[in-house]
Amino acid sequence: MLLGKRKTRFDWLTIIFYIALVGIGWINIYSASLNDSTAGFFDMSQVYTKQLLFIFLSFFLILFILAIDAKFYERFASVIFIVSLLSLLGLFVFGKNINGATSWYSFGSFSVQPSEFAKAAAALALSKYVSDIQTNMQEFKHQLRSFLIIALPAVFIIPQPDPGSALIYAALIFPLYREGLHAVYLLLGFFIVALFISTLAFGVLWVTLGILLIVVLLLFMNRKKRPHILKYSAIAIACISFAFSVSYIFNNVFEQRHRDRFNIVLGKEVDTKGIGYNTNQSEIAIGSGGWFGKGWTQGTQTKGNFVPEQHTDYIFSTVGEEWGFAGSVLVVLLFLGLITRILLLAERQKGQFSRIYGYSVASILFFHFFVNIGMVSGLFPTVGIPLPFFSYGGSGLWGFTILVFIFVKLDASNFINK
Amino acid sequence: MRKILLLSIVIITGLVFIGRLFYLQIYDTSFQKLSENNAINIIYDYPQRGYMFDRNGVLLVSNQPSYDVMVIPREVKPLDTLEFCDLLKISKENFTTILKKARAYSPRIPSPFIPQLNKEEYAYLSEKMHKYEGFYIQKRSLREYSVNHSANVLGFIAEVNNAIIKKDPYYQIGELIGKQGIEKQYEQVLRGVKGVKYIQKDRFNRDIGPFKEGLFDTLPERGKDITLTIDAELQAYGEALFINKRGGIVAIEPSSGEILALVSAPYYDPSLLVGRERSRNYTKLYYDSIAKPTYDRGLNGEYPPGSPFKALTALIGLQENVIDAKETVYCSEGYRYGRGKILGCHLHKNSLAMAGGIANSCNTYFCVVYKRIIEKYPSPQEGIDNWRQHLSSFGLGDYVGIDMPSGRRGNIPSSNYYNKIYDYPNRKWYAAATISNAIGQGEVLLTPMQMASFTAAIANRGFFYKPHLIKNIHEVDTIPSKYKVKKRTTIDPQHFEPVIEGMNDVYNYGTATSLKIPDIEICGKTGTAENYTKIDGKRVQLTDHSVFIAFAPKDNPKIAISVFVENGYWGSRWAGRIASLMIEKYLKGTITRTDMENVVLQGSLEAEYAKPLSSEPFKINQ
Repeated sequence: MLLGKRKTRFDWLTIIFYIALVGIGWINIYSASLNDSTAGFFDMSQVYTKQLLFIFLSFFLILFILAIDAKFYERFASVIFIVSLLSLLGLFVFGKNINGATSWYSFGSFSVQPSEFAKAAAALALSKYVSDIQTNMQEFKHQLRSFLIIALPAVFIIPQPDPGSALIYAALIFPLYREGLHAVYLLLGFFIVALFISTLAFGVLWVTLGILLIVVLLLFMNRKKRPHILKYSAIAIACISFAFSVSYIFNNVFEQRHRDRFNIVLGKEVDTKGIGYNTNQSEIAIGSGGWFGKGWTQGTQTKGNFVPEQHTDYIFSTVGEEWGFAGSVLVVLLFLGLITRILLLAERQKGQFSRIYGYSVASILFFHFFVNIGMVSGLFPTVGIPLPFFSYGGSGLWGFTILVFIFVKLDASNFINK
Repeated sequence: MRKILLLSIVIITGLVFIGRLFYLQIYDTSFQKLSENNAINIIYDYPQRGYMFDRNGVLLVSNQPSYDVMVIPREVKPLDTLEFCDLLKISKENFTTILKKARAYSPRIPSPFIPQLNKEEYAYLSEKMHKYEGFYIQKRSLREYSVNHSANVLGFIAEVNNAIIKKDPYYQIGELIGKQGIEKQYEQVLRGVKGVKYIQKDRFNRDIGPFKEGLFDTLPERGKDITLTIDAELQAYGEALFINKRGGIVAIEPSSGEILALVSAPYYDPSLLVGRERSRNYTKLYYDSIAKPTYDRGLNGEYPPGSPFKALTALIGLQENVIDAKETVYCSEGYRYGRGKILGCHLHKNSLAMAGGIANSCNTYFCVVYKRIIEKYPSPQEGIDNWRQHLSSFGLGDYVGIDMPSGRRGNIPSSNYYNKIYDYPNRKWYAAATISNAIGQGEVLLTPMQMASFTAAIANRGFFYKPHLIKNIHEVDTIPSKYKVKKRTTIDPQHFEPVIEGMNDVYNYGTATSLKIPDIEICGKTGTAENYTKIDGKRVQLTDHSVFIAFAPKDNPKIAISVFVENGYWGSRWAGRIASLMIEKYLKGTITRTDMENVVLQGSLEAEYAKPLSSEPFKINQ
């Protein structure tokens, strides 16, 4: 085979992290979905059996990905991206509605979610465009095109509706920054988010007062440089009008369920029965784990199905309950290990394409990890995105597998051609 | 910067998450409790409470099933209140208040909604109960009394109160606990251990099987049966004799300290304190502040013992060697002391030695002996304390250590006691000031239980066992070890004979000649105790208490008894007769002197008890 002839050096550390996460993930899916003790282990109606099959199939997928020549991914990136976009568009015609979202193609008893694969496609396309010798991230035209590559899949995904999956594409701002995008974009993004949250948390009045206070302070501190008062006031007015528009949008454009999600995390509303139920039960499940947890399949919250969607988006609450602080920290560390490993490898890449791609992979994994665990542990509002490798679902698992192993292949190709 | 920004964010996020996990899982422990509340349902399996038997194996107390309607407030779904209230025969307001109270206690722990239904009510309700979510019927067992006496001994069980629940986590609201008597004293033995089942529930509150495969579940352990030392027949007879009288009987088997009868009158039927009427009946009994039926006079009544105390004065005199049994004392109708004071005595044969002194209950004789006892020592303080020490060896002036939740110490005054009264050393006091102690008046107070206990010690010629009601705890076949310890008095055995002779002579030629039992050598001592009450703040003397102690047979005694009849006048009038009948009943099984029995059964002191309440002047000792 191809693998045998060339002396290929795959990064085994990444692969070990991957296997560990998938393995631990399955153990927890088994526990979270175990409710009919009479069902046999190979009963295909059981969630854990299906997931085991998905894991089994993903090994073939990995072999396939690794067998293909690394150049293929760079050359065909645009094609892959366009096919992926078409598959997203096709949902508007052929999509099947599952749980209120038209995000699926259905083949008999088997469903595929194209948005899970679109992440890898977008990462490839972005890497290809940015690594092009003619692309200069300092130029506004090129910046705009890059943003377009990021925004297109997100725009197709939002109306499914699946705003959570769309949100993930924001992660791709990090590779752009790495490749020379001005920091002001990141700062601007951060500032907008901060302003948004503080407006919701403290109200327009306080935020306005705060902005004025900061501007006056800055003016005072820089008084020797003779600052342009006009510039400062413009910024202040922009901020204040943003705060007002946030408040307006929040109260008039957002739906009540979105408002509720924010209010609960900001502590403005306590409702453990209705909209806050998921988060509350998830916190109880994690919190009741103690140091070492209640033991595998012994979680009372898990067994009683108190946490909805526990085998998918809320799988981490099972880890927290049954494996305790020790187990949860291990999982967090495995994710940190995988992401930092990919980041370090990305920095070591010889080609710009594979460096950007590595950065994209790390950013996407990080964003999933960040939003999902933040949500499950009650730090962020409820946003429905899965925890990579852990959450139940074939499309998700394969999407992340493709994402990671294309990078493993690209990384390995550093050693063979020269 | 560009190279490390994302890396730093990743690592900071990881640290924040670990911190958050630490907070949730380690720092804030409230989540453990929350998850238990969520997911675990505790179901109790109540065991049968242990039975009680009398010393001859007669069943006294057993169990009957009872049914409580329980409510779990958070599981109550909207229901047809009108129909439900109709079914339970309660008003709608009642329904709301009970439910509110239950919710205030706990929304998830079951609370009793309507306690203690009988079988008929249960049968009617049980088929309709399924319609009302959050309500269910809990089977419990209530007490069933096979006898209508001994209520003061047996005690009763009732719903546990919040103070106990807080102190002892074993108990949950609505559970039953022994509240008085043996039920309270032997609660842990009788109740057994309730079984616990942990049932795991899902978020719809459906059972999804035992928690951890039943690892923490326990089986109920049946309460142990116990045998009491009470003789049911004697106890019933004692209560019968006390009809229309107030007072108490304590009968003890001297050779073991076992209490054969413990009567307190007025008495009531123990069955009154069972079931839904319990609370109403108990309130009625408890707030009867005149007859005080719930007040166990045998244990808690502290009375001046009167003349029976003279037997102890005689014993201490002999032990202290201040008098010889043969020495005679002349009585000139009273004992003169101090500045022209006189402690009166009645007419009797003169000059008397010890046996005659006891038989005729001569006050003078015992005053002389008492004074010598106190004055044997350089100071009256030392004398009193030495006297007191002898009495302490009989267990007087302290709790007798009986296995009942109540009891009193009585009073045997010490030198400190008198020092305080007489403001010593500013003012001095001498033996004469305490002379009433000689004849069981003055500052001495004893409970009928203590009287019976010292009578048993005399019957045994110098030793006794702590009086107790437990004869055997079944299965473990034992009783508390403190009831097996033989206690010796400070009086040497040979000194008892003259005193016992005197007590025998009480029946031969003394104050109780009419009370002799055919074919039984009996020893006793009459007593007539002065007593006072307060009416409108004034100290008013009431008719004397009739007191009697006795034991029989004289050699190898089988029963020692003390009888106390409030305001019964002289000793042999009521107490002596009751003691005599009780002893005959116990030793022979039948009563030969039915005329005497009839007098007692028909005698009533109700008129006497009405006197101080009549708010009119009245005469005493008629």
